[in-house]
Amino acid sequence: VDTSDMYINGPLQVNTDHAASQSNPKSGWEAKVVEFFKDRLKEKDAHTWVPSLNDVPLHYLKPNSLVKFRCLIQDMFDPEFFMGAYETVDPSTNVLRCGRYKDVTECGVDFNSRNTVTAERQTFYCVPIPGENPWVKEISSSSRVVPSTSYAPTRQKRSYEEDDMDDMDTQPQKQREPHSGHTEQHGNGDCKRQETEAPSSQTASASHLDLNFPLPGEKGPSCLVKVYEDWDSFKLNDTLEVFGILSVSPALSALADEKDASSSILDPTESMETAEEQRVHSPPASLVPRLHMLYARPLPHNNPLLPSATLEDNSAFLSSTLSEMASVRAELLTYLTHVLLGDALAAEYLILHLISNVYARRDVLPLGKFAMNLSGCPAAALYTQRFYQIIQQLVPSSFYLGMSLQNMNQMRLVPKKDYVANRLVSGALQLARNTFLFLDETHLEQGQLDTTGVRNVTALGNLISWQKVDYDFNYHQMEFPCNINVLIASEGRSLLPSDCQIHLQSQVSPPNMEEYLSNIQLHPQTSSQLNKFRIYLSVARQLDYSISDEMTKSVEDDFVDMRKDDPQSVSAEDLHRMLVVARLLSLSLGQTSLTRDSWLRAKHIDMLRRSRMEQHQCVNGNEP
Amino acid sequence: MSSPTSTPGRKRGRDGNPATPSSEGPTSPPSQRRRGQDSSNGDLMPMPTSPATDMLSPAAPQDTSLFSSPRPHPLSPLMYGTPSSRVEGTPRSSVRGTPARQRPDLGSVRKAPQVDLHSDADGAVASEPNAGQRLVIWGTDVNVGTCKEKFQRFLQRFIDPTATEDENAGLDLNEPLYMQKLEEISVVGDPVLNVNCLQVQSFDAELYRQLICYPQEVIPTFDMAVNELFFERFPDSILEYQIQVRPYNALKTRNMRSLNPEDIDQLITISGMVIRTSQLIPEMQEAFFQCQVCAYSTRVEVDRGRIAEPAVCRHCNNTHSLALVHNRSAFSDKQMIKIQESPEDMPAGQTPHTTIVYAHNDLVDKVQPGDRINITELLLISPRLHFTVQHPNSLSHVPAGIYRAVPMRVSPIQSNVKSVYKTHIDAIHFRKTDEKRLHGLDEDAEQKLFTEDRVQTLKELAAKPDVYERLSSALAPSIYEHEDIKKGILLQLFGGTRKDFSQTGRGNFRAEVNILLCGDPGTSKSQLLQYVFNLVPRGQYTSGKGSSAVGLTAYVMKDPETRQLVLQTGALVLSDNGICCIDEFDKMSDSTRSVLHEVMEQQTLSIAKAGIICQLNARTAVLAAANPVESQWNPKKTTIENIQLPHTLLSRFDLIFLMLDPQDEAYDRRLAHHLVSLYYQSEEQIEEEFLDMAVLRDYIAYARTYINPRLSEEASQALIEAYVDMRKIGSGRGMVSAYPRQLESLIRLAEAHAKVRFSEKVETIDVEEAKRLHREALKQSATDPRTGFVDISILTTGMSATARKRKEEVAQALKKLIQAKGKTPAMKYQQLLDDLRGQSETAITKELFDEALRSLADEDYLTVTGKTVRLLA
Repeated sequence: VDTSDMYINGPLQVNTDHAASQSNPKSGWEAKVVEFFKDRLKEKDAHTWVPSLNDVPLHYLKPNSLVKFRCLIQDMFDPEFFMGAYETVDPSTNVLRCGRYKDVTECGVDFNSRNTVTAERQTFYCVPIPGENPWVKEISSSSRVVPSTSYAPTRQKRSYEEDDMDDMDTQPQKQREPHSGHTEQHGNGDCKRQETEAPSSQTASASHLDLNFPLPGEKGPSCLVKVYEDWDSFKLNDTLEVFGILSVSPALSALADEKDASSSILDPTESMETAEEQRVHSPPASLVPRLHMLYARPLPHNNPLLPSATLEDNSAFLSSTLSEMASVRAELLTYLTHVLLGDALAAEYLILHLISNVYARRDVLPLGKFAMNLSGCPAAALYTQRFYQIIQQLVPSSFYLGMSLQNMNQMRLVPKKDYVANRLVSGALQLARNTFLFLDETHLEQGQLDTTGVRNVTALGNLISWQKVDYDFNYHQMEFPCNINVLIASEGRSLLPSDCQIHLQSQVSPPNMEEYLSNIQLHPQTSSQLNKFRIYLSVARQLDYSISDEMTKSVEDDFVDMRKDDPQSVSAEDLHRMLVVARLLSLSLGQTSLTRDSWLRAKHIDMLRRSRMEQHQCVNGNEP
Repeated sequence: MSSPTSTPGRKRGRDGNPATPSSEGPTSPPSQRRRGQDSSNGDLMPMPTSPATDMLSPAAPQDTSLFSSPRPHPLSPLMYGTPSSRVEGTPRSSVRGTPARQRPDLGSVRKAPQVDLHSDADGAVASEPNAGQRLVIWGTDVNVGTCKEKFQRFLQRFIDPTATEDENAGLDLNEPLYMQKLEEISVVGDPVLNVNCLQVQSFDAELYRQLICYPQEVIPTFDMAVNELFFERFPDSILEYQIQVRPYNALKTRNMRSLNPEDIDQLITISGMVIRTSQLIPEMQEAFFQCQVCAYSTRVEVDRGRIAEPAVCRHCNNTHSLALVHNRSAFSDKQMIKIQESPEDMPAGQTPHTTIVYAHNDLVDKVQPGDRINITELLLISPRLHFTVQHPNSLSHVPAGIYRAVPMRVSPIQSNVKSVYKTHIDAIHFRKTDEKRLHGLDEDAEQKLFTEDRVQTLKELAAKPDVYERLSSALAPSIYEHEDIKKGILLQLFGGTRKDFSQTGRGNFRAEVNILLCGDPGTSKSQLLQYVFNLVPRGQYTSGKGSSAVGLTAYVMKDPETRQLVLQTGALVLSDNGICCIDEFDKMSDSTRSVLHEVMEQQTLSIAKAGIICQLNARTAVLAAANPVESQWNPKKTTIENIQLPHTLLSRFDLIFLMLDPQDEAYDRRLAHHLVSLYYQSEEQIEEEFLDMAVLRDYIAYARTYINPRLSEEASQALIEAYVDMRKIGSGRGMVSAYPRQLESLIRLAEAHAKVRFSEKVETIDVEEAKRLHREALKQSATDPRTGFVDISILTTGMSATARKRKEEVAQALKKLIQAKGKTPAMKYQQLLDDLRGQSETAITKELFDEALRSLADEDYLTVTGKTVRLLA
C-alpha cells in the first residue's frame, strides 16, 4: 500500500503520481501534488465528491482518505517540527520516506540518517461553524452527488443510531435550555448524525474532553488541521473549507495513552506539557481527527444554496438572482410584516439588518454595521423565541442569547487563554462572520450583575459599537475584529447601544395576541419560497456598492439643508446612520449604486422611525 | 537509539574500545542532525564511567594541581568539564577546589562534540588532511586550539571603544574590559562571565560566527580558555566552581514566530513574555551506581535525559548487579519556563505562539510569570537562548533524572513513532527588558525596534516643516476637524521630558500631559479615545460608568492556585508609560475619581489593603472624555458648572478642550463631505491622503525613546514671559490667575512640541505653540460668561474672578450692615439675611450670604453657631 494512500473516488487517483515522485523528495513533487489536487477540486462539482466530515460520521470515513471539512479556526497552536523525510533502519526497505501529511512514521526510523529533513508545520484547532442552522447542514449533506464512502446509511442503521442519539442528546439539550431558552426542534436524523463519536463507546471520554465549541450545546467533530504552507495567511475565526487527508491513526491515541499512563510515575521534566495540555493538544484521534491540509478554500458565506464560487465568477447565477430580487424582497417583506405583528416599517428595517455587513474599517470605525434594537416586543407567549426560530430558518448561522441575569453572570462570552492547557478557551462571542446574534432582553430581570456579568455586558457593548471582541490573554488583552449582526429584542429601550432603534407597533390587539402568535408558526412556508429568501439574503449581502460623485454632492446638500432647518435634530451620527440605511436599502433592491430615490426613501423611513420613537416617548413616560 | 539502555552486548562493545571515538567518525557523515545524534553513540567514552578510565584520562593526573593551575587536556573540552574532583577516592574529593560545574544549559555539551583529536589527519572528516593544528571538532569547523587562543586574545585585549562610564561603573575604560571583569570575579567570587556577543563580533567576526553556529562546542572552549587565563592570573583565588561564560546579545535575534528548523542548535536571542514557570526540578546530572554484590561503585553521567545503566559490574563481572543510589547521585536545578510572544510582535488576527525554555542552575527562578506582584511592568525577558531539539517523544520514555525510586525500564521498542519533534530552548542568559533598569540596556532593546531605513524615513519626515500638522491630521483621520484637539492629543502622545528631582526632594516631575475632552454627545469623543487607545502600545480604555476605584487602581485577591494574596492591577497601573483613556468621566463616582488625584500629579498609586502596603508607579497620561451635566453644553454656564468636576481634579488637566457643535453651514458642508467620502472612498485613496498608522506609531515611539529636549535659554525666557503674562491678566484685577501648575503645563507642552520636531532643544516656537494651544483650550474652557475674559482662576478655584469679587462685595456690605447695627453681640441669622437683602440692589442668594459670612468668619470678625451670628471681640 502506498504511503499516502489517498482514497477517493473517480478522478482523484494520484497514487501513481505519488509513488513515482517519492524517490526524490526534493524535486518539488509536493507542490505538484498540491497543485494537482487544487486543479481537480476546482473542476465543476468535484468537491461534491469528497466526503465531508461535517456530514459523515468519522467512523465511516476511511483513514488516509481525502475529506473536506467546513470549519472555523478556533485556536492556533504552536508550530511543530517534524520529520519531513526520513529513512528506515531496516536496510532492506531503506528508501527515503515522506513524513508530510502524516502523523506517524513507519517502522524503525533511522534517526542517524543524514537524509533526515526537519520541516515545520502549523496546527490549527478547527470547529464546525458555530451556530450553523439545521437547514444548512441538511442541505449541504444532501447535496452530495454520490456518496463517496462506504457510508450509505440504511434505514435500520439510522434508527438504531437515532435511539442512541436521543439518549445522548438529552443531556446537552438540558444544559442548553437554561442558556438559550428556546427549544430547538431537530429536523430529522440527518442532522443528528453530526455526532463524532461512535454511539455508546465513547460517551464517557467525551464528557471529560471539552471540545471547546464556542457555543453551548454545539455538536460535531472538531479537528486538528495541520497546515504545511502559508499558514500566516490564515486568521483566527476564519471560516474555511479544508480539503485534506484524514488521519485517525490509533497509534496517535496509543501514544497519548501510554504517555498518560507512564507520566504518573515519570518525573515532570519528561513531559514538558501538563496533563491538561497533553489532553488538549493530542486528544484521541477518534474524537478529534487530524486533517492534513492539501488545500483550503476561504468561505465568504456558508449558505449551501449559493454556488461555491464567488459571485463575480458566476455571472449567470448573479444576474438571474438580481432580476428577481425586487420581487423576492416584496414577498419577504410581506412575510416579515406578518411575523412582526403587522408592522411593515419594522419589517423593512429587519431586512436591512439581515443583509448588513461590515465591509470596511476606517481606523477604529467599522463601516456598514447596523445593530438594531427592536423595542416594544410583547412579552407574551414567548414571542421573541418564536421570532428567533423564524429568523433561524432564514440565516445560515445564528445564536440566541437570552440575557437573563443568570446567563449574563455565568456564561463565558469572551474567549480566554488558558495557560495551563495552553489553549484559547472559547466563548459565545467567538463567532464566524455574518452570524446573526439575537440578544433577548425581555428575559432581563432585576438583580445584580457580578464581575463576570459586568464584563459580559461590556463585551457586548464593545461588540456592538466597534465590532470587536477583546480576547482575554490574562496578562493582556488582544483585540479581534468581528462582523456579527446583533439584534436586540427588548420591551423598552435596550441597555446596550445600537445603531438604530425601532419600536414595534403591533397591529394586533392584545386580546388576540395569543392566537395570532400561535398562528405565526403555522403560517405555511414552502421550502422553495424559504430557499428563495435564503438566497436573497446571502446574495444581497455580498453585492458591491458604489456612490457616484453626483449623489455625493446631493447627499451633502441634503445634510446641510436638514441642519439649516433644525440643527438640533440632525447630527453627524444621524448622517452616518442614514448613509448606512441608504446603502442597505439599495442593496436590498439589488441596486449596486445609490440613486436619488433610494436616498429619499432612506431619509423617509428614517424619519418615520424617528417620529415613531418621539411619539412613543410621549406616550410612555418611562422612556429614558 | 530508541532504547537508551542498550543491550549488554552493545554496551560491552563500547566499553571494549573506549578511546576510539574516531572509529565512528568515518561512518557518521557530518550532517547537523546526525551530529547531535551521533555523539550519543560515542559520547560515553571520554567520560569517567569508572575510576579506571578516569585515572587514565589526562585530566586526572593533574587533579591535585587543579587548584592552582588547571590545565586540562589541551585539546578536549570534554575532558575539561569532567568533575574529576568529585570522583570518589581521589585525594581532592573533600577539598573545595574548583570543580567544574556541569552546564546543563548547553544540553549535551560534554557529549555532543565528537572530537577527532585523538585520531590523525586521516580520521578527521571535516578537517583538511594535515597538521594537528587544523583539526576541528567533528561536524563543525571549530578548532579548539585556535578558538581558545582567539578568545583569550579577545579577553586580554578587548577594549570597548563605545563604552560609557555609566555602563561599566568602576571599570577603567582604557584597560581591557574583560580582564577587569575577571579581576572582579576573583574578588567577588561569582564565577560567571557575561560576554557581549557584539563585542566579540567587533573583535573577531570569525569567532563570533563560530559561536553562533556551534555554541555547544564553542562555549565550553570559551570556558576552558577563560579558566586557564583566570587561574594563571589569580592562582590563589578560590571559586566555588569554574568560571562559566555566558554570551549575550547575539545579533541573531529572532522573533518567536520566525524560528525555524535551521535555528536548531544555534545561539539565538528571542524575546517574549513569561507566562508560566514550573517548580524547581532537580535533574540528575550524574547517577551513582553501586554493585549489590561487591559494593563496587561507579558513576554514569546523564546524557540527554537518559542514563546508560552499566549492565556489568567491572569489578566482579556480575551482570545486572548495579543499583542506583539516589542520594549519592548529583543533581542540578532546572526550571521549565513558558514564554509567549509579546503582543507587539504579533501579526493581527493570530494567536501568540509559546515556547518552552529551560533554565538551569542559577538561572532558575530569575523570572516570574507575567508577574502579578511586580505590577508596574509585565516582565519581559529577552533571554539569550540556545535552541536544541529533543528527540521524538516516544524515544525518551526512560526517565531523565529519576529521583523517584523507579527502576529504569526499557521501553518496548515502538515501530511507529510520532513524527513530531519536541522543541525547547535552553537558556544561557536572561535579561529582563524592564524599563526600570537603566545602564543603557534600553538602548539595544530599541535597536531592535527600528531598522536603519525606518529611522531614515522618520528623520526625513521630521525634517519637513509641516510635520506637526501632518502628524496631527494623520491622527484619527476618520474624525472630522477638531484640529487643535488632535494637536493636543498629539502632544500628549509625545509627552514631556521626564525629569528627576528626587535628589532635591521633589521627586519626579510629571512628564505626561493630561487632557480632558468635554462636549456634547455625538461629537466623536469616544471615537477619539478608541483611536488613541489603539494607537499606543500601552493604552487602557475604561468607561467611567463601568469602573470602580478598584478597577482603576489595584485590588487584592486570593490566587486560586497558590492560595496567596496577590495584588491585581487596574487600568491606571497597567497603562504605566502609556495612556489611560477614561470615557464617561462625568459618570464616575466621586470616590473613584478621588484616586485620580494622586495619579495625575504624583504619578504613583499608594495602596494599603489586606496587609499589602505599597506604592506603585502609574506614570500614565490621562485622556478623559466627559459630557456636560445637562448632557448638552449650556453656554450660559462656566466649564465648572457644565462639567461639575472638582476643581482640584480639573487643575490637573493640562488641556481642557471643549467639543461643541458649531452649528454653521459651511462647517456642516465640510462635515457631510468628510463623512460621505469616508463611506465611499476606496482604501487606496485614503492611504494616499494620510500617513500610515504604523509610521505614526513608530514616529512616536522613536521620539519618546530618543528625544529628550531641554529648554534653551530663549525658550526659558519665553516661558517666563508667558507665565508673567498669565499672572498679569489676573493681577490686573488684583488676583492671581495662573499657578505654577499652569507653568509646568506650558513647559511640558513645549517639550512635547520639540519632540515632534525631533529637536533636542526647546525653542521659542515650541513655547509659542504651547502658549497658543493652552490659550486655545482655555479660551474655550475658561471664558467667563459674565465678563467674556479668559480666566484661569475658574479652573483653579472653581470660581470666576467676577464671582469672587462679588463675594467680597457682599461680605463688605454685610460687615457694614453689622457695624451699622451697633454693638449687638448676637444676631439672628435669618434676620440678618433679610436685612441684607433689603439693603442690596442685586439679589442675594442664601449661598452667597453664607459665603460672605464664612469669609467674615475667616477674618475672625464673627462666628456662626447654628442660627445665631456672634460678633467677636
